[in-house]
Amino acid sequence: MTSRRSFLAAFYTTLLLVATGTQAQERFITVASTTSTEQSGLFGHLLPAFTKASGIKVRVVALGTGQALDMARRGDADVVFVHDQAAEEKFIVEGYGVKRQEVMYNDFVLIGPKPDPARAAGKDILESLRRIEAAKAPFVSRGDKSGTHAAELRYWKTAGVDLNTRKGLWYRDTGSGMGPALNTAASMNAYILADRGTWLAFKNRGELGIVVEGETRLFNQYGVILVNPARHPHVKQAGGQKFIDWLVSAAGQKMIAEYKIDGEQLFFPNAGR
Amino acid sequence: MGEIATSLVLAGELVATGDERLAAIVMLSLQVSFSATLIACLIGMPLGALLAVGRFPGRRALIVLFNGLMGLPPVVVGLLVYLLLSRAGPLGPFGLLFTPAAMIIAQTVLIVPIVAALARQTIEDEWREYREQLRSLGASRLRSAMTLLWDGRFSLTTSGLAGFGRAIAEVGAVMIVGGNIDGVTRVMTTTIALETSKGDLPLALALGLILIAVVLAVNTAAFVLRQWAEKRWG
Amino acid sequence: MGLGMTWLVLDRLGLTESGVCIINDVTLKVGAGRTAILGPNGAGKSTLLRLMHGLLRPSDGCQHWPQAFTQGMVFQRPVMLRTTALANVEYGLKLRGVNPHDRRQRAVEALVRVGLPAIADRPARRLSGGEQQRVALARAWALEPQVLFLDEPTASLDPASSREVERIIREIAASGTRIVMTTHNLGQARRIAEEVIFIDSGRVLEQSPVEEFFTRPRHAAAQRFLEEETP
Repeated sequence: MTSRRSFLAAFYTTLLLVATGTQAQERFITVASTTSTEQSGLFGHLLPAFTKASGIKVRVVALGTGQALDMARRGDADVVFVHDQAAEEKFIVEGYGVKRQEVMYNDFVLIGPKPDPARAAGKDILESLRRIEAAKAPFVSRGDKSGTHAAELRYWKTAGVDLNTRKGLWYRDTGSGMGPALNTAASMNAYILADRGTWLAFKNRGELGIVVEGETRLFNQYGVILVNPARHPHVKQAGGQKFIDWLVSAAGQKMIAEYKIDGEQLFFPNAGR
Repeated sequence: MGEIATSLVLAGELVATGDERLAAIVMLSLQVSFSATLIACLIGMPLGALLAVGRFPGRRALIVLFNGLMGLPPVVVGLLVYLLLSRAGPLGPFGLLFTPAAMIIAQTVLIVPIVAALARQTIEDEWREYREQLRSLGASRLRSAMTLLWDGRFSLTTSGLAGFGRAIAEVGAVMIVGGNIDGVTRVMTTTIALETSKGDLPLALALGLILIAVVLAVNTAAFVLRQWAEKRWG
Repeated sequence: MGLGMTWLVLDRLGLTESGVCIINDVTLKVGAGRTAILGPNGAGKSTLLRLMHGLLRPSDGCQHWPQAFTQGMVFQRPVMLRTTALANVEYGLKLRGVNPHDRRQRAVEALVRVGLPAIADRPARRLSGGEQQRVALARAWALEPQVLFLDEPTASLDPASSREVERIIREIAASGTRIVMTTHNLGQARRIAEEVIFIDSGRVLEQSPVEEFFTRPRHAAAQRFLEEETP
């Protein structure tokens, strides 16, 4: 049965091709980062410049801050680039990270339906949240241990709203990323806390608009950390450090400042300041 | 309705302009899912044949098990493979996480039960017809299983295609073990999920339509080939 | 009607399947070179044949082969693999571990003997029913069995194909292979067999030389059967 033999030969050849095709290795580092940096398009803007300057490719896995840090704890990333200072410092104290460096900030914005049924518009995020709770107006929470989720919980706490007792049907815990949560908010005309970058890049806005912005408390700091090679020996220390150095260098900081959507600057470099 | 029409136009444009990034994503999707299907067939079909022909303790339990595993949730498979391939996991030193190889592994695990269960069904039907003849000729059960695998090769394409369809359409497993890294592990389904997150629903749907078209094309090709082969060999 | 040495003994053989008795207490000795098993529909002819060949395991009694014989069987509906006619004939030889060269030669010879050398490379499943049955006979014959069981080998064939298959069966017998066949074609039984085993409701009622059976059946049921079946 020669047909059978040629059939099997073709089968194994394909398999071999497949195996070798996926083996191709190149110089790269893996960065665990947040959906806000990826989905706002910042990485698409920054990474080609870094790769050109260093010859190192950057593979970004975009998750919530909490997940990104957990992924790094398991040793599955070389660098973390996230925005939750408390969680980042805990990560360092546990010995998973070498050192935290501040890179840039953007800000959170409170998004809500344009008619503003809870009369939440204003200049004080805490007062706005109290009004939303008082009106029992629908509010969508990320609920995914992300940096934005952590910030949202901090604001509720500072505002004196104890979610454990006041949480009702109006508070929708979606357990999803920024984009999906915004989609949910758009479809049910709910209030939601978002980072400005994702909001600006977000297309399916429906009736939603910015309700509160520009307040100092809404400041959102991004930090970058090299995963500790003492903890995970396979970490690409040299490449990872190069990426961090570049981010905080004059060239990297300039690139960050230059990224704009519809003429609006999304991230404000503040390394070493 | 307007959005769906927009998506249709957008899908047409993407295809017509031969968008290079889209082409790369489609190719990666096909490469990953074809590889997973190939490996799943190599494992699942002999397994299915042994389940159909074999007589051993626990056979019935295994059949029920594989039938049940056809409904494996992709996210669970993704997590399982993630924990295996993670640096902290038993296969960590190979550094396979966030590579196409990891996605192939996850999809293979996902569809082996589908291929095996459907192959068992096909082979069992053949076995009913062939059984006496093969025994009379003196074929052992193992030998019979091999003969039936070869003889049922055209019918078995259905189980392979079912596995392929499931592999290329799933997002949960490849998202977790691939990481949806731009240019490395971004496939059609993870791109659709990403564009949905960005709120670009028309683009997401347009990509979905292209995915459906690709799957249809593969199925059509397989169908035509099978028709031809069955006409030739009966 | 010289019957040869007994080569198969059935001793109180019985088969019960899910409470239904299909073969009931069959005791007989087979010694003829060409045996036909006759009986009405549902009498258990095919089942008895399968018990003899070992495809079915008896639930009672046992069978005894004084000498170990190589066996083959041809079924009412030929089972062809999805490959060429030649490869189908070779398949049986392959299972016996015959080397590729001899295998090819013996398969070709067998196809020549059944009169089908021309279709060797054709897909077996695309052949006509008669041709498929002849390929099945070639496949069995190529193994040179000492006993060949045939289950209604011409039941689904047209008259011309039936005649050809009958011719082949007679040649196989002439080559020294013992034949045991079921049939409900009485003319065929008379032309081929030298001994008849008559079976009804799972019991063997009569075992006689063929001429004796057709001219002076001993059992009343056999007489009735012949009257009903003869036009």
